[in-house]
Amino acid sequence: MKNRRKPKIIEIKGLSKNFGLTTALNQVNLKVDNFLTLFGPNGAGKTTLIRILSTLMKPSSGEAKINNIDVLNNPVRARSQIGVISHETHLYDGLKAEENLKFYGKLYNVKNLDKRINSLIKKVGLEHREKDRVADFSRGMRQRLSISRALLHDPLVLLLDEPYTGLDQHAAETLEQILDKFEDRTILQTTHNLERGLKLCCQVAILVDGEIVYKANAEEIGFEELKQIYNQKVQQNE
Amino acid sequence: MNEYLKKVQSIVWKDIIIELRMKEMLNTMLIFSILVILISSFAFGTFNQEMTQSIAPGVLWIAFTFAGMLGLGRSFISEKDRGCLQGMMLAPTDWSAIYIGKTIANLIFMSIMEILTLIVFVVLFNFGQIITSPLKFVLITIVGTFGFVSVGTLLSAVSVNTKTREMLLPVLLFPVIVPIIIGAVEATLSIITANGQFWGWVRILVAYDIIFFTVSALSFNYVIEG
Repeated sequence: MKNRRKPKIIEIKGLSKNFGLTTALNQVNLKVDNFLTLFGPNGAGKTTLIRILSTLMKPSSGEAKINNIDVLNNPVRARSQIGVISHETHLYDGLKAEENLKFYGKLYNVKNLDKRINSLIKKVGLEHREKDRVADFSRGMRQRLSISRALLHDPLVLLLDEPYTGLDQHAAETLEQILDKFEDRTILQTTHNLERGLKLCCQVAILVDGEIVYKANAEEIGFEELKQIYNQKVQQNE
Repeated sequence: MNEYLKKVQSIVWKDIIIELRMKEMLNTMLIFSILVILISSFAFGTFNQEMTQSIAPGVLWIAFTFAGMLGLGRSFISEKDRGCLQGMMLAPTDWSAIYIGKTIANLIFMSIMEILTLIVFVVLFNFGQIITSPLKFVLITIVGTFGFVSVGTLLSAVSVNTKTREMLLPVLLFPVIVPIIIGAVEATLSIITANGQFWGWVRILVAYDIIFFTVSALSFNYVIEG
């Protein structure tokens, strides 16, 4: 757990999302100024929240701001502030690692792209594989490359949607080490893995049936206590 | 160069590199279109020249559009595989750049398929002898293909988010491209028969292209939004 000092940078007010008669998010209010892990069972609305914040989806009502930029009214500017890492790597199998980063770097207008790619690829420990096609990479290597893709444009905010899905123990630890290096960024992570989710974060919240049912500082809560609260909150809403 | 155009160029470059390595779209389209030409040549090969002249444009455009549809079907499926479409959508640019980039890439692949198919078609249907103006034929092929790809790329993006995407694309696409097929076949026939209707059909196709390309580019944002 780290002590991060950052201004409030993700601000969500009364955010709701309905899919027909199903309510995925119901009046969600959240402020994130450091590293918050949002826990929740499958179908709680975690991915929907990340999709709205990353401008891929419009909410039914409410507002969301990233670094004071309204993600609904100014999505293109908001996208330049965020990096997204999810269980999907967003990488092309047919391109080499370096080519993938070059492609995304051009989409993000990254200056000094070659230098930036070299530094990021070293950071994730893939410098010896940069000329290899992503199709030949293991899941863990893809995820590491996906992290460098998300950091290409040096985003202020990182949105992590179940980043540990499909990773083995070693790859998950590598991901943690990489995330631990990015102390200066505001991170919103969603996961249903309590142990991993609690490890690096400063704040925790629990989302059940589209509602934030619990919020606390990570320092004030241990794993066992979180587990108990999580089970209780999930059962209450079943 | 304008930043928007640079992004479009990157998308086209990426599609070409991937296609050169994987050969998923081109091979499928090419094999299919040549098979259509071959089967048609066997089926109609015994017909006299006058009859061949009247069926040749239809056979050619059936081969182009059916093969093109197979390619367009793949166009966005490969983007969905590892969430790559989302990856592009997360970039700070208007999503219409994705549509324009994909349309240009599809246009390039379709053109390559059409050139190679045409070589086989010329041999099997004596097309070189019956076509009176090759330049006019090139023009109608460009105009017809552009209209087909403009609508096809948009509908490929529509169908890729559904479970029945392979079936949905032809169901959505063919009713919309009927004017393109009729226009292209009639214009090609008018080149062969020199009936003087060529420019009338070209005008219809150009109008179709402008309308559908503009509508597709403007509506793409709503189509791919989750």
